[in-house]
Amino acid sequence: MTEAASRSVVALLAGLLFGAGLTVSGMVNPHRVIGFLDITGRWDPTLALVMGGALLVTFPTFPRVLRRSRPLFAARFELPTKVRVDGALLLGAALFGAGWGIGGFCPGPGIAALATGSVDVVLFVAAMLLGMFGMKLLGR
Amino acid sequence: MIPIGDVNWFGGLVGGGLIGLSAMLLLLANGRIAGISGMAGGLFNGPSDPAFGMRALFLGGVVAGAGLLMTTSLGESVELMTGRGGLILAGLLVGAGTRLGGGCTSGHGVCGLARRSTRSFASTVTFMGVAMATVYVTRHML
Repeated sequence: MTEAASRSVVALLAGLLFGAGLTVSGMVNPHRVIGFLDITGRWDPTLALVMGGALLVTFPTFPRVLRRSRPLFAARFELPTKVRVDGALLLGAALFGAGWGIGGFCPGPGIAALATGSVDVVLFVAAMLLGMFGMKLLGR
Repeated sequence: MIPIGDVNWFGGLVGGGLIGLSAMLLLLANGRIAGISGMAGGLFNGPSDPAFGMRALFLGGVVAGAGLLMTTSLGESVELMTGRGGLILAGLLVGAGTRLGGGCTSGHGVCGLARRSTRSFASTVTFMGVAMATVYVTRHML
């Protein structure tokens, strides 16, 4: 199998694992997410477990993987290049946080929830893509 | 806190582990960060972008993987917490914010923290804090 074909298989497999993980963990469920963000209310720690479970895998492995000269099936690692904590990062995070707190959806769960065929989810994802495209037009 | 029996202990940890495994696999094999907002936004570059296929397959996989698990008893259902107006506003903010800020919970949270990135740490603390404040204002004050 060519490297390109291997990359495609991995991309699909990784997506399947990600979607499965989001669903099994309850992260596709805004009720669970808002429950975590509702720190003064009936607090649901599940999201912390999910983050913890994910970091248990990535935190020890990422540095080791990145010490390699190259990935398995690609010529090089494609990593973010910015280092400075700037206004765009912080404002972007604030806007994202506000949207997340209102709807209980972040990009991954929103897209995964499309599997339900719900019109409401389609509305969220469409608005999200519109928001992204709008920022792209602004040069961001 | 909610009753301890209502916390999704097993699903939360295992599901989180699967997300982490997905990210680790994508990095090791393809050299790419599993950042959903970046994946989705990258599609706007069109099919001429060499990463277009990877992004489409990954996101397609996310929907398929979710769909598969939703047919089982292991999958949680989607309980909406706001009406259509709220969802549209939320979507616009999430889309604009993740694009401007360069990532979301997967890109900055799961991957960025694992990379020991200061930017990702700052982003995660900020979006978590603002999200919690937003829930407080919208659900306990208004």
